[in-house]
Amino acid sequence: MPGRVTLSPEDVRHVANLARLDLSDEEVELFTAQLRTVLDHAADVAALDLAHLEPSSHPIALHNVMRADTPRPSLDREEVLAVAPDVEDHQFRVPRIGGEAP
Amino acid sequence: MTTATALALAAEVRSGRRTARDVVEEALAAVAAGNGELNAFLTVLGDEARAQADAVDAEVAAGRDPGPLAGVPVALKDNLCTRGSLTTCGSKILEGWRPPYDATVVESLRAAGAVAIGKTNMDEFAMGSSTENSAFGPTRNPRHTGKVPGGSSGGSAAAVAAGFTPLGLGSDTGGSIRQPAALCGVVGMKPTYGRISRYGLVAFASSLDQIGPFATTVEDAALLFDVLAGHDPLDSTSLPSIPEPTLASVHDGAEGVRVGLCRDLIDGCAPDVVARVQEAADALAGAGAKVEEISVPEFAYGLSAYYLIAPAEASSNLARYDGVRYGLRVDGEDAAAMNTATRTAGFGPEVKRRVMLGTYALSAGYYDAYYAQAQRVRTLVMRAFDRAYESVDVLLGATAPTTAFDLGAKVDDPMAMYMNDVCTIPSNLSGHPAISVPFGTGEDGLPVGVQVMAPALGEAMLFRLARVVEEHAPQGAGS
Repeated sequence: MPGRVTLSPEDVRHVANLARLDLSDEEVELFTAQLRTVLDHAADVAALDLAHLEPSSHPIALHNVMRADTPRPSLDREEVLAVAPDVEDHQFRVPRIGGEAP
Repeated sequence: MTTATALALAAEVRSGRRTARDVVEEALAAVAAGNGELNAFLTVLGDEARAQADAVDAEVAAGRDPGPLAGVPVALKDNLCTRGSLTTCGSKILEGWRPPYDATVVESLRAAGAVAIGKTNMDEFAMGSSTENSAFGPTRNPRHTGKVPGGSSGGSAAAVAAGFTPLGLGSDTGGSIRQPAALCGVVGMKPTYGRISRYGLVAFASSLDQIGPFATTVEDAALLFDVLAGHDPLDSTSLPSIPEPTLASVHDGAEGVRVGLCRDLIDGCAPDVVARVQEAADALAGAGAKVEEISVPEFAYGLSAYYLIAPAEASSNLARYDGVRYGLRVDGEDAAAMNTATRTAGFGPEVKRRVMLGTYALSAGYYDAYYAQAQRVRTLVMRAFDRAYESVDVLLGATAPTTAFDLGAKVDDPMAMYMNDVCTIPSNLSGHPAISVPFGTGEDGLPVGVQVMAPALGEAMLFRLARVVEEHAPQGAGS
């Protein structure tokens, strides 16, 4: 368990890539310093011995929420496609995925 | 400028003494005159509001009851989906987006006769405590235009404080209703998690987000809460139980209620804020409450845990902004490049910070140390609340550590900005209801908010105690 973590500029570049964000060198420097400050503050939490506690993902747990399996109208397709950036033949159009030419 | 309460306006409209159209025109005129300076509204729904008001008046003319909020103008935070009307979340990435559906709360408001007159400014995707992180410029505090209104629901708080509308809706993930309410001198309340449907609320941190009311009086806040509370099958985290009405008991007083004056929600606050909270505690004791000091030291860990959990959930929720189905698209040579170009251009710095922080906290090697550990702290805080509520019925403390601060004062220091949420975060982690009530002013003459917290589903008790606090508030800029 890290008491005090030193977040590196490489770490910031790595998470930016995972999050699909492109950062300038100046942004990497700024965000590294700012995120370090937040993580330093979180060191108090990281240092606690809480192995005896279960993690909580929700404040009020509800289990197996089911509804009746009855058909009901969904969103209007044309209304949904009307706000899309690019549409072709009633479908979302995107640039090519991966390395192959279309 | 609207000074009448929602209760008074609805009574006039329902009885036919005044038309909804007249009420709505007055609100629209107030917005037209004052919004240029405050930037509380990003979008004004003029034509839609007039049509809705006319529909309410037609109901009255036909002898039907248009509902408990008949003709009452409401300000909607711009992360609540309104079918066919702009919903930006304060972000360039959703600029121009018109959702194909209404949020459940928007439908509930309409069914109650209320009239949405516009969409209000906010920190981008509700990430912030000053409304300065909006891509469309900051909102100014109506009590002092050189100050921030708080955030992230600063636009709705300012709209109500300025008298544009008697009611507003916000969302509260770490204090985003209560803190701006405190800084603008209005009432703001976060209900129990799951009590009001989140369907159509654009997600920030799904296990923490909750919609709630802004109003000028505790009565009005209870009225609006009662209209919105209830089960919604479209939200899988919506509570199935029937909500307890709160308005009917709002004047039941504090006699015999056990109030815990919580040191951990006062220590560290500015001396003038501490003094107001102490006076509110004295007022409650004078009204018959049994006030005792209580300490919940686990609250100290809430801030750190929150700033790991909320960014982690946000990094997942905001993955949907990929330029494919709605919102901004910036072209790239392939899909991945398009995703990256879109998100880089569309998100502001605070959103990028939090998405990266969350991605880091969830990444291999750090998940247990940060994210899972923060979730254990959440359990710790929830148990600490349970223990506190064995000896008291409600907790009392400050809403925000200081009164409203200068525009620009904290924008370059994220950690200083996050500290604004230190008193409000515990209730989000536990999912419990909490309310901020204006109580006098600080040394600078700006409003101070006093916070009351109650156990899960304790809204009726919460509003009762809040009403007693309100009744004893010193007169001044905050009241």
